Amino acid sequence: MTAAVADPAVQTQAPAPGPARRAGFPWAALIRYGLLLFFVLIVLMPLYVLVVTSFKSGREIGVNGQWNLPEQWTFASWAKAWTALGPSFGRTFQLAVPVALLSSIIGAANGFVLSRWRFPGADLVFTLILFGMFIPYQAVMIPLREIVLWLGVPSGIPTLIFVHTVYGIPICTLIFRNYYATVVPEELIEAGQMDGAGLLRTFRSLILPISIPGFVVTVIWQFTSSWNDYLFAIFLSNTRNGPITIALNALAGAQSPDYAASMAGALITSLPTLLVYILLGRWFIGGMMAGSVKS
Amino acid sequence: MPFLNEEVALRHRRRTWIPGLLLISPSLILLAVFVYGLIGWTFNLSLQDRHNARPAKGYVGFDNYTKLFTADINDRFVHSLQNLVVFTVVFMAGTLLFGLIWALLLERRARAEGFFRTIYLFPMAVSFVASGVVWRWLMNTGQGDSAGGINAIFHGLGLGFLESPWWTHPDWGMAAMAMPAIWQLAGYVMALFLAGFRGIPEELREAAVVDGATTFQLYRQVLFPQLTPTILSALIITGHMSMKMFDLIMSVSGAQWLTEVPAVYVWQTLLTRDYAKAAAISVFLLLVVAVVVVPYLIHVNRSEKRS
Repeated sequence: MTAAVADPAVQTQAPAPGPARRAGFPWAALIRYGLLLFFVLIVLMPLYVLVVTSFKSGREIGVNGQWNLPEQWTFASWAKAWTALGPSFGRTFQLAVPVALLSSIIGAANGFVLSRWRFPGADLVFTLILFGMFIPYQAVMIPLREIVLWLGVPSGIPTLIFVHTVYGIPICTLIFRNYYATVVPEELIEAGQMDGAGLLRTFRSLILPISIPGFVVTVIWQFTSSWNDYLFAIFLSNTRNGPITIALNALAGAQSPDYAASMAGALITSLPTLLVYILLGRWFIGGMMAGSVKS
Repeated sequence: MPFLNEEVALRHRRRTWIPGLLLISPSLILLAVFVYGLIGWTFNLSLQDRHNARPAKGYVGFDNYTKLFTADINDRFVHSLQNLVVFTVVFMAGTLLFGLIWALLLERRARAEGFFRTIYLFPMAVSFVASGVVWRWLMNTGQGDSAGGINAIFHGLGLGFLESPWWTHPDWGMAAMAMPAIWQLAGYVMALFLAGFRGIPEELREAAVVDGATTFQLYRQVLFPQLTPTILSALIITGHMSMKMFDLIMSVSGAQWLTEVPAVYVWQTLLTRDYAKAAAISVFLLLVVAVVVVPYLIHVNRSEKRS
């Protein structure tokens, strides 16, 4: 799926319309768009519930009229949710931004070496790196806590930055390796070598300037996955120093949760990643496609 | 002389790959320690007699593993595996089915394709924890007059027989638990399929049409066989995600017996400080994932070399 990473829009765009179909009433089109719209309703249903419920007041949450619009729109639940999530919202930015930048830079360097500055056994090494992206993290979690403590990384966000960066190396390496393999011609490297450019200079002055599309994909991917992560967060942090997923689960996980506040909280939690998706959707898809490894 | 030139070139090459290895070596060391080293550590722990906060009392071979199958109270581990199987089958079938249907609907010049794609894919940007909040509400277990969530819709439409206890059903609860996961990832499988369809050369379709193939024959005999690699990728990705499913279950039901899968069981076991048992479950889970993923990675590596 190399091309999808290089330019995600290309492969997923429809080919130009073919010759006109037979005349007559377009039953096929009717069924097709009917189905497409039906599925849109199904997919958007949870979002509708989230938005509608988050604007209801406590006494409207009861059993009757659950699916109705609020009789009285109120921001009270949003205020309550923000009080519960506000501090961790800021902390999660402090987590996701450095993770996105660090693992992208590391991934770019690795991807460059593995595609255009190869060493003997590079393919095997690459496969060994990739395996790290599929492991269930439970299999490293028990000693991970001990080793991070032993290394002296402060608990909470710094620990999570370190951990997400390390376990983000495989996917970022994969994305950049496939990207460079598609867009960087061998001749460019050879020309650089003719001019006496070493590895670092080639990377800095020839490769990095054409790496922006790769960076956009990995930054979005790493930002989203560290923002949305719950597994590392629950193992390595707590509600006082952890990211927003922990705080949301504390808000929503009670025996009889305040659904209005929980749903406002779920929306607050999802807002940054949804914004990224809406604004930068085609690169977002590029990262996803890279997850399928195949090139 | 040409011989000498070659030798010079060879020596030159040998000199130049070393900086590459140096640049990548910090990552290699990190992954060697934090992936392979820690897996080894966990495996070593799983062989020991260490079931509380005190130091291990020695090695017990594979006892911790066999005990999972033979001596776990209420067959808890086997139960968690059964849950995982139900979840995985429904989740994989559901994402494949909806992903394929959506891709088929969109694949040929749909108007507003971008709009539909954006909608179908958006749940992927949401965390399992956040979507768990709304799905817990949707899968309200009340029925009849006290129906809530989806059951309330069924009740209102006079489709009361469709009302369900969802994830609280003792046998099929995990099938309901797969619904939110399907909602989140069917769009992803759609995107894979769309990319697959668009990677098929246009000439193949045209040739089939010229040969008088019906639409059904075109898909069945010409296009679907071309999608085998796509289907393989989709199965591997959804399969390994399913086996690691943790966030969603913790968010919808919390950690409890009814919906426990091995990934959650590890967490629950750690809370009781039974380190060796938690390690054994983790390693078992890793093996299950590896059995699927390692052949796939080798296959990808080989087919890449061929091309």
